Amino acid sequence: MKLHLKIWRQKDSQSKGEFKAYTLEDVDQELSFLEMLDTLNLKLVKKGDYPVEFDHDCREGICGQCGMMINGIAHGPIKNLTTCQLHMRSFKDGDTIYIEPFRAAAFPIVRDLKVNRSSLDHIITSGGYVSVDTGQAPEANSIPIAHEVAEAAFDAAACIGCGACVASCKNASAALFTSAKITQLELLPQGQTETSKRVVAIVNQMEEEGFGHCTNTEACQVECPEDISVLNIPRMNYEYNKAKILNK
Amino acid sequence: MWYLKNALTRKNLMALTGLFLSFFLIIHLVGNLQLLLPEAEAQLQYNWYSRLLADNIFIKIIAMVLYLCILLHTIDAIYLTIKSKKAQGAGYAKDKRGRASKWYARNMMFLGSIVFLFLVIHFKDFWYQFKFGEMPLDANGNKDLYTLVVEAFDQLWYVILYVIAIIALGYHLLHGVFSAHRTLGLYHPLYSKIVKYLGIIYTVIMTIGYIIIPIFIYLNR
Amino acid sequence: MEHVLKSEIPEGPLSEKWSNYKKYAKLVSPNNRKKLEVIVVGTGLAGASAAASLAEMGYNVKSFCFQDSPRRAHSVAAQGGVNAAKNYKNDGDSVYRMFYDTLKGGDFRSREANTYRLAECSANLIDQATAQGVPFAREYGGYLRNRSFGGVQVSRTFYARGQTGQQLLLGSYQALMRQVNTGKVNLYARHEMLDLVLIDGKAKGIIARNLDTGKIERHGAHAVVLATGGFGKIYYLSTLAMGCNASAIWRAHKKGAFMANPSWTQIHPTCLPQSGAYQSKLTLMSESLRNDGRIWVPKDKTDTRKANDIPEADRDYYLERKYPAFGNLAPRDIASRSAKEQIDLGKGVGPLKNAVYLDFSRAIKEYGKDIIAERYGNLFKMYKKITGIDAYLEPMKISPAAHFSMGGLWVDYELMTTIPGLFAIGEANFSDHGANRLGANSLLQACVDGYFVLPYTLQNFLADEIKNPKTDINHPEFEKAEAAVIKQMEGFLSTKGTRTAEEFNKLLGAELYDKCGLSRSKAGLEQAIKNIQKLREAFKTDLIVPGKTSEVNSELEKSGRVADYLELAELMCVDALQREESCGAHFRTEHQTEEGEAKRDDTNFCYSSAWEWNQNPSTPILNKEKLTFETVQPSVRSYK
Repeated sequence: MKLHLKIWRQKDSQSKGEFKAYTLEDVDQELSFLEMLDTLNLKLVKKGDYPVEFDHDCREGICGQCGMMINGIAHGPIKNLTTCQLHMRSFKDGDTIYIEPFRAAAFPIVRDLKVNRSSLDHIITSGGYVSVDTGQAPEANSIPIAHEVAEAAFDAAACIGCGACVASCKNASAALFTSAKITQLELLPQGQTETSKRVVAIVNQMEEEGFGHCTNTEACQVECPEDISVLNIPRMNYEYNKAKILNK
Repeated sequence: MWYLKNALTRKNLMALTGLFLSFFLIIHLVGNLQLLLPEAEAQLQYNWYSRLLADNIFIKIIAMVLYLCILLHTIDAIYLTIKSKKAQGAGYAKDKRGRASKWYARNMMFLGSIVFLFLVIHFKDFWYQFKFGEMPLDANGNKDLYTLVVEAFDQLWYVILYVIAIIALGYHLLHGVFSAHRTLGLYHPLYSKIVKYLGIIYTVIMTIGYIIIPIFIYLNR
Repeated sequence: MEHVLKSEIPEGPLSEKWSNYKKYAKLVSPNNRKKLEVIVVGTGLAGASAAASLAEMGYNVKSFCFQDSPRRAHSVAAQGGVNAAKNYKNDGDSVYRMFYDTLKGGDFRSREANTYRLAECSANLIDQATAQGVPFAREYGGYLRNRSFGGVQVSRTFYARGQTGQQLLLGSYQALMRQVNTGKVNLYARHEMLDLVLIDGKAKGIIARNLDTGKIERHGAHAVVLATGGFGKIYYLSTLAMGCNASAIWRAHKKGAFMANPSWTQIHPTCLPQSGAYQSKLTLMSESLRNDGRIWVPKDKTDTRKANDIPEADRDYYLERKYPAFGNLAPRDIASRSAKEQIDLGKGVGPLKNAVYLDFSRAIKEYGKDIIAERYGNLFKMYKKITGIDAYLEPMKISPAAHFSMGGLWVDYELMTTIPGLFAIGEANFSDHGANRLGANSLLQACVDGYFVLPYTLQNFLADEIKNPKTDINHPEFEKAEAAVIKQMEGFLSTKGTRTAEEFNKLLGAELYDKCGLSRSKAGLEQAIKNIQKLREAFKTDLIVPGKTSEVNSELEKSGRVADYLELAELMCVDALQREESCGAHFRTEHQTEEGEAKRDDTNFCYSSAWEWNQNPSTPILNKEKLTFETVQPSVRSYK
């Protein structure tokens, strides 16, 4: 099938970017979206042009490195899917596809569709962990954890850190990402002891990175590849308020 | 001063003031429903009720809180909207993010602005007149607010304005009441769902209740 | 000249070697640790756990990864689980049994002492990960749950749904970020190591490129740890991430570190087949599918009917036919090889005739769709996401794909390479799995190396480094290495040919998969070596890379990796050619039994091949580390 692509090209974070139009003939339906971009890049490179830079690595939906706005939707038209899992079957012959980077003040553009998401790492760095050194761990079965609790913790822990929640949010809020980590560690007895300290540190860091606030539109969960629940966000709010009010 | 800059705290303030205002809406509606009584009866009762509220010291304090809430809710809304704009960066050329959420959830500031403009008019026409304006008295010697209201709703454009504003308020409440609970930390899946549905019921009652009054008055005159 | 390889295996009986080592290993006092710097390249399970553990002890760590965040390292993609000899099931598991299973699974081609240590430290890992908040599966009573896995008779696999690797990695990533917060770890994300710097024969630093700016940086340290994973991407189509590469270990190899058993690559049987020439990746489907799925091909290779229209009588369930005892659950290498055999006979299915059917119709008939959905629902969903096909209605199409590198840098018992001060951990080294890795052992090895082994063995080395000052990055060796790196990159840019690095990688991969993949023959390997040499020459003149070195340039990144692949590929073939036996994943067609099974030669080939760089990729020097088995006598691996 034939595709018209409008792709955001930007040299670096300082430069001004613009849309460039490309046309691809004979795109195979079986290609993944990223492979479709590969074929475009192959053509560009062979002409001596700069390829479209985009982030990707595992190409099986788990590393969280790929991510772009496809026709104005994070990771494209299919819900709860990463860009690498999107296939060209989801498009029709003659379609025009707009491809833009994830946009947020906290995600500066590195080049073209590549953005710098280290702000998410900084959030984890500020407290998204259990403070246990190697060797300190007690016998694993010494603290039983109910099946349901472990499953609930997993649901939150499944986040792949792709940033689609931020890109989909009208406020560019990282509340879903941040709250998922808080919930995971709060549910487990191993992480509970430092919940108050963690939640205050991590929420403040989220603000400092320049993310917006949550207005509960719930768009994030819809576009999240792992379908992380928005209910993590009130949980974060609750823990934060509790920590602040009790001043623990 | 972390609580001034911190968005989560500011959001808490939005939620608390919003919930208080929502609660006020119930009281206000109950009072205003007296306008629907038969005309002669309504006039005396409504004016008596208005005076009762105006003279009560407790109500006076609550009224102060109410003004403060409106002020804080508005200031915070502006603050958070600016912050959100800043966080969004350049924005998208092609933006279809809307498919994942309700339009009114995304446009609380817009809906709120309509409500705010309406409030200005509303305060000017009724509250200001009642408090500071020259007003005739009714048979019982109370200020005749009833006639002021009824005459206002006699004008079609005013009714339309009013209805539009109430619809905006309705959508604002539809998301606001639910969102406030989430902000304050209600994370239990079941209770969160219950609150969501209670919020919808509340919103429907408020919207219909407030819309009925001007239409009823307009049609009955 | 052949070197004597010192494997530094400690004295004592097998079960006491590791404790003996720890008893006598040298230590560094806490106030001296802060004077020492360590570079850790890679932030997968091995790298992140090592960097975090070392920082917790008080060392200054510089941690590098080429991804945009440490959390993206490819450990994240491991699905099934992690083995540990906890014996929670009371089914007769023990450290010894786990050691034996691993050794046998590896076809008796691993170092006994290392394998034993792997089993010995396994239990600690589960404790550590649990304490970090890894949400392992739990029984209703709240205790940890286990499942069984291929090649063993006990249930010792711990798992977190189908995302065990992700959860373990997030645990170690968080431990790493905690140390970033304390300032003990300096994190360099989006940095790629381009060379190792040796001063007076010792590893003292690296040259790295900042992938966001193109800036070349020098980093010095008292020791360098490579945790850069496997190089299965050399086959181009593999289950690995696009960025996985051999460059770090290959460049270390060219500086003097030996490469051991490079040709031993595990080919995983249950992956999605290639569907077109532009395909970039073969996604792994969990091996657990073979518990209920039946593998078959049409008996007649000219059969063009749809799968569901082919009657039972015209189907060949070849695994059940050939291995009645294990059937569809035969080990990975055997299942993969058999599939290739059928495909080579022209019986492959799918548009490219490169797959076999994995059929659930009988299981669905027997247990009902609900039970099958409960067991494999997420995998069926994933299959549908990628192929658009509903596997409840028609059979899946699967094919083998390159997966895990058992080979890697040669390391001694202390995980140190032949370069003093250069350590290799995780998949980047060769030590624990022999010629075939058992399922759910890769996560384990990465973690055990990083959390529990390296912190002791590295300290033993660093104890003698206290007297040495901080490494001077203005040393001429750094200048030399940096100049060489820049020269190479400029060479790529000035070639101005017609083919991209990826095109070379595809050609190389197809050649390797065909001749140095599931089965290898003398003639094939010799041919492959010639073809690879030709390809390498073509690469020198026909490569095209746009842009500059001083900017984001993914084509440039790929070129460096492919250049290394083109050299490593030849060594893989040389290694495979030299080993005149079949063992584990290494199947030489000349060395098979009458039934077509692998035939090992313990008399002549009971050693690990450690290859030494000799200035030319075509003339490597073979060094042999003899494998001695004190506790176990090698036996024939049979799955009939």
